[in-house]
Amino acid sequence: MALIINELCVNCFACEPLCPNKAIYEAKPHFLINPDLCTECLGDHDAPQCAEICPIECAIEDEYGEVLNPPGSLTGIPLQALQALHEQSVLDQAAARS
Amino acid sequence: MELPVLTTPPVGASVEKSGCSSSSCGSSSDQMNVLPDHIMKKVQDHPCYSEDAHHYFARMHVAVAPACNIQCNYCNRKYDCANESRPGVVSELLTPVQAVKKTLAVAANIPQMSVLGVAGPGDPLANPERTFDTFRMLSEQAPDIKLCVSTNGLTLPDCVDELAKYNIDHVTITINCVDPEVGEKIYPWIFWKNRRIKGREAAEILIERQQLGLSMLIERGILVKVNSVMIPGVNDHHLAEVSRVVKSKGAFLHNVMPLISEPEHGTFYGLTGQRGPTQDELNDLQDACSGDMNMMRHCRQCRADAVGLLGEDRGSEFTLDKIENMDIDYAAAMVVRAELRADVIAELESKRAAKAAKQNVIPLVNLSSAPALRAVKMAVATAGGGVINQHFGHAKEFLIYEASAQGVRFLSHRKTDLYCAGDTSCGDGESVLSMTIKALEGCEVVLCSKIGFEPWGMLETAGIQPNGEHAMEPIEDAIAAVYAEMQAAGKLLVQPAHQLKSA
Repeated sequence: MALIINELCVNCFACEPLCPNKAIYEAKPHFLINPDLCTECLGDHDAPQCAEICPIECAIEDEYGEVLNPPGSLTGIPLQALQALHEQSVLDQAAARS
Repeated sequence: MELPVLTTPPVGASVEKSGCSSSSCGSSSDQMNVLPDHIMKKVQDHPCYSEDAHHYFARMHVAVAPACNIQCNYCNRKYDCANESRPGVVSELLTPVQAVKKTLAVAANIPQMSVLGVAGPGDPLANPERTFDTFRMLSEQAPDIKLCVSTNGLTLPDCVDELAKYNIDHVTITINCVDPEVGEKIYPWIFWKNRRIKGREAAEILIERQQLGLSMLIERGILVKVNSVMIPGVNDHHLAEVSRVVKSKGAFLHNVMPLISEPEHGTFYGLTGQRGPTQDELNDLQDACSGDMNMMRHCRQCRADAVGLLGEDRGSEFTLDKIENMDIDYAAAMVVRAELRADVIAELESKRAAKAAKQNVIPLVNLSSAPALRAVKMAVATAGGGVINQHFGHAKEFLIYEASAQGVRFLSHRKTDLYCAGDTSCGDGESVLSMTIKALEGCEVVLCSKIGFEPWGMLETAGIQPNGEHAMEPIEDAIAAVYAEMQAAGKLLVQPAHQLKSA
């Protein structure tokens, strides 16, 4: 059992010093968790520390791919607005490529 | 140590210091004189705190602090935006060693650089190791650079002693509220004692920690400035109370900044239609909060990696790969820096003295006729130095002043898009000129060193009088002269036609 940092990570360093097992390390293109060391903070804290401080929704998953901070859970932004923002950024990226 | 409350300086005290009984006499630089001497000494070469000094001294921020321990509804950690730079994407996140190298490189090449701040892009005190490593090395290697830091205040009480150790004499705390009911509309969560805490409880803890940190800094003699973001409908009516509370605890300055909330920044406020304040709403609140002290009207809400004079950013000259090849003799640079600083401070002091002497002798207009005169807003194009020295078409921003029978005071700066770069890249010049004119709304005069034929006509049509007659003159003197001319021409007695129309 171990948590995973995915590609949404913005490399803000907030989680790294909090890990009681020193399982989190800086890597390119984003921070990673050593699955052999991660205990999901069991025995140390009531909740996994990386997921408690992470400011980015959906950036931390459990081993089943379930995100610990689902869309809207941290920012309170309505899902429709998040969706519209996402679509706009996809359009912008497409325009930038062409 | 208790600092005086600056909103309501005793009339007697201000008479002694400025020679004028009017609380709004003179320009913003004169209003610095109400500061006690020991604070004045600390801020006179700090571009962010002194309207005068920002024409001469530069500042830089180093982005060493990426982590944050709270979420604000006006911030999005994912994107590079006006308020922050996302670590590792657009700007460079620096290690403390890199930050020190960059600071020494900038200080040697831009001797006016007097202040180094750590302002993010997260919360500096949520990254204590990186922030304090930077301060420790700089206090050893570059003792002539002032160090300052800004924070949301959550971990401030734990850091106060460390801050005092490195001789940090300015701390900025962002305080948007002193009431948790307001706070829960601004802060969705904080990270506190190993837990993410949401709602009212989060705001209660944050407010308590901010106020405790503020008092602890004041006890240690460290200057505290409070920043507030004005969010219409959320905390706009509450900020006068914030101002009262923080000043009563000893903050020497309260800086109210406008909310920036474009939808494309992806912030909660941006995506839920929360608007920022209008220029008038901001000015009114700044007047209510700052009283006599309007030194921060020139605040540019700088990025966490800004380099240079306020309003300019020379960060691209000092990227990591560029500083890698720079050879820095800091001992030699320190000599140059000390000479420049002494020259500028001498010049500032003589300017202040001259201004004070003049105001003692000549009132701007005959005060007996004062009640019948209306105030006039004027825009100024300047490249710095406190004089009118910029071509209208080259101005990236205008300084807005208000002239009245009581004197000339700086109100704010307004950014505009450069409509003429003097080359073939002008593009659709006319529409950008229209935008510039829109940015000058409410002003009746625009002072610049020169102006082209076409913009002259458009400005006149828009009811704004262009004026290039005061090139290279000190700003306040020129505005006073134009105001006196307007009075002599009888233009100050009634509302001009274009104002009546728009009213």
